[in-house]
Amino acid sequence: MGAQDGAMTDSNKLPSGQTRIDSIEMRGITKRFPGVLASDHVDFDVKSGEVHALLGENGAGKSTLMKILYGMYHPDEGQIFLNGKPVSIASPTDAINHGIGMIHQHFMLVPTLTVAENVALGLPSSRGPLTDLDRVSKRIVELAGIYGLKIDPDAYVWQLSVGQQQRVEIIKALYRGAALLILDEPTAVLTPQEVDEFFVIMHQMVKDGYALIFISHKLHEVVEISNRVTVLRNGKKIGTRPTSETTKQDLANWMVGREVDFAPDRGNIQRGEVRLKLEQVSCGSDRGTPGLREVSLEIHSGEILGIAGVSGNGQRELAETIAGLRKTTGGHIYLEEKDVTNFAPGDLTERMLSYIPEERMRDGMIKDFTVAENMILREHHKMPFSASGFLKLKNISTHSEKLIAQFHVKTPSQETLAKNLSGGNIQKIVLAREISRNPRAIIAAQPTRGLDIGATEYVREQLLDQRKRGAAVMLISEDLDEILALSDRVAVIYEGKIMDILSRQNATRERLGLLMAGVQSGEKTPA
Amino acid sequence: MDFTIILQAGIASGTVLLFATIGELFSERAGVLNLGVEGMMLVGAMSAFSTTIATGNPWLGVMTAMLFAGIISQIHAYIVITLQADQVVSGLSLTFLGTGISLVLGEGLSKAGTVSLLPNFSIPLLAQIPILGKIFFTDQSILVYVGYLLVPLAWFYINRTRPGLHLRAVGEYPSAADALGINVFRMRYFYVFVGGMLAGLAGATISLAVSPGWFSELTTGGQGWIAIGLVIFAQWDPIRAAVGAYAFGALRRLILDIQGPLLLLGFDNPFYYNPYLGFFLQMLPYLFTVVVLVIGSREAMRKRIGAPAALGNPYIRGERGK
Repeated sequence: MGAQDGAMTDSNKLPSGQTRIDSIEMRGITKRFPGVLASDHVDFDVKSGEVHALLGENGAGKSTLMKILYGMYHPDEGQIFLNGKPVSIASPTDAINHGIGMIHQHFMLVPTLTVAENVALGLPSSRGPLTDLDRVSKRIVELAGIYGLKIDPDAYVWQLSVGQQQRVEIIKALYRGAALLILDEPTAVLTPQEVDEFFVIMHQMVKDGYALIFISHKLHEVVEISNRVTVLRNGKKIGTRPTSETTKQDLANWMVGREVDFAPDRGNIQRGEVRLKLEQVSCGSDRGTPGLREVSLEIHSGEILGIAGVSGNGQRELAETIAGLRKTTGGHIYLEEKDVTNFAPGDLTERMLSYIPEERMRDGMIKDFTVAENMILREHHKMPFSASGFLKLKNISTHSEKLIAQFHVKTPSQETLAKNLSGGNIQKIVLAREISRNPRAIIAAQPTRGLDIGATEYVREQLLDQRKRGAAVMLISEDLDEILALSDRVAVIYEGKIMDILSRQNATRERLGLLMAGVQSGEKTPA
Repeated sequence: MDFTIILQAGIASGTVLLFATIGELFSERAGVLNLGVEGMMLVGAMSAFSTTIATGNPWLGVMTAMLFAGIISQIHAYIVITLQADQVVSGLSLTFLGTGISLVLGEGLSKAGTVSLLPNFSIPLLAQIPILGKIFFTDQSILVYVGYLLVPLAWFYINRTRPGLHLRAVGEYPSAADALGINVFRMRYFYVFVGGMLAGLAGATISLAVSPGWFSELTTGGQGWIAIGLVIFAQWDPIRAAVGAYAFGALRRLILDIQGPLLLLGFDNPFYYNPYLGFFLQMLPYLFTVVVLVIGSREAMRKRIGAPAALGNPYIRGERGK
């Protein structure tokens, strides 16, 4: 180990042949966007041979800071130092020339091109105007070999799994001579197994002398992989610590700015009458195959029924069928004893059903409408929001001001367009709209997917409050922790069928896991 | 009716569509839909004819046509790339603008006299090939031969060169290209310009070679729209575009010529100066265009037939996703 380190320092070279970056330092970085101070005099640095985690809620300014380092944004104030000397990074090309590479959260790969073509993009070719893909391929295989990555340079990107695409991104950065990698939420799209494999690669790279910046809001990952951690909140730096001197709870409190409660209090609540009842409901899926197969279940007042399952097993169809967005092919749906099968969404609104859709950006709000307008989407046609066909702007404004305060929506104003808000704030708008009308039943589909800690905690508290108020809540989630933390009973869905419904006491991880894989209780695990 | 003659004329007429189609294909491959092809072609046809009358040199006419059409294409480029406006609306306006400009500047041009046309010639040896030699290589305009060269060149450029690789990336996923230091905005301006120049060349091909003269908006007669349909039909591939363009050129000739003879294959010709059937036949290429455009406008279908993923979307730096 020591000998290896010595050799490394002597040559000062990385395995890819690139000179390493001893340190990069950002000092006093400030960036203003209209209405927002995205980065407020932030200092940040990273050294060769370490993982420096950048932690913060959505909208804390992590991505802004890194886009400045990668030359995509220009700071209003501040200076960047490379190995102690000031440098100007005006474009991604500059960043690449300085040995800085970035793996974006949304992969920057062209799906219709091959791996080699993607890697060659933007680089001069050794054959002038003609492509030199054979040479590029050779180098890709070479680089991939260093970290044992299996990559076929001739494969089309659309054929690759998400994990493989990420490896292509890493190769792409190494090919361009990166000695420092900015990893922008690299684990967000990976399965747990892929995350483990990815961490092995990160460990090896750090050992070899790369400098890695790891952006995340997942605490356990930060604690597992990083050497130092910097926390940002609202564009300000809260502090930098060696990871070994912090705990998950400390970091969470830093991020959110107050004590975070990971296990909300459910309280003891007597459930009431049946509010929502499905009887042998079937429907089709978008591909024309059966989506739901004779699903029967009941949700009582004051109860949260969790729907657990692996993504794509009928969860979307279940939510849409109840919400009136998808026609049934059989069976009946009752809302408070009234048969509402195939009722239009408007009629279900009248009967006080609320729906928090999975695709909040597409189905939950209108991107180009203001916050205030999105808040009244469901009841805009009624008093007090409109009368004789005219909108009552004053009432709408009062109403949205009230909800913005009550639901802690972070927005410059109620006239801001919804698309300019972060995911967590958009979900708060949806929640505010759906919950403030005191619905009788709520369908919540993946309500915390993609949200940060603070927003997730908030959404869960709100759902529990609704349960306390006496609403019947269906919670569809792929996050087992969430299901187990909130549900009174858990139904497991598999290939459009309800495998079983377990009480809270009987719903263990193991039992749910088996049911989610399609193994009926009592059956033996397939060998 | 001699079919080799119809096909020979069809190739010439198809060359017009070929230039316009390949031009639009470049623009769309970069992610910019330009519905102004018809307008740019008219500008090209008018300026080619008018310059040739003034100077007596058809080559100057061709160059003016390409330059003029290229320049007005930059209006569309500015509106949709820099101002990020809707590409459909801007493209349609460009057609109106181009039509207007060419009608005003072309006023009286149809009676201005005859011009010296671009040369026609046969290719030695190749013209000797039975049937094919007659159709493709005998007494064709020099522009027809330019067209033959353009197709493989365009294919090679898009699929085998570095700038071609960048072109594909810009049309598929501009933010990826941008992150790698490719100037998306400059590339899009450039390929809209290329599209404009080729539309101008298509116009010049009409007024200086295929059906010489200036007949106001009837000069192009909607071929710009057919070209837009052909790009979709060709699934954004130059080779398929050529096949489509020549097939349509031949079809146009056939529709004209089929109404002439009394007997067709030994039977009474039902199309013989029959205005109803004649108009119906003339409608077919446009009907095809409408059908192809409808199919091509469906999101799911566009994915299946391989439309550039970013086609029609303005590129805004820093916006999530595409």
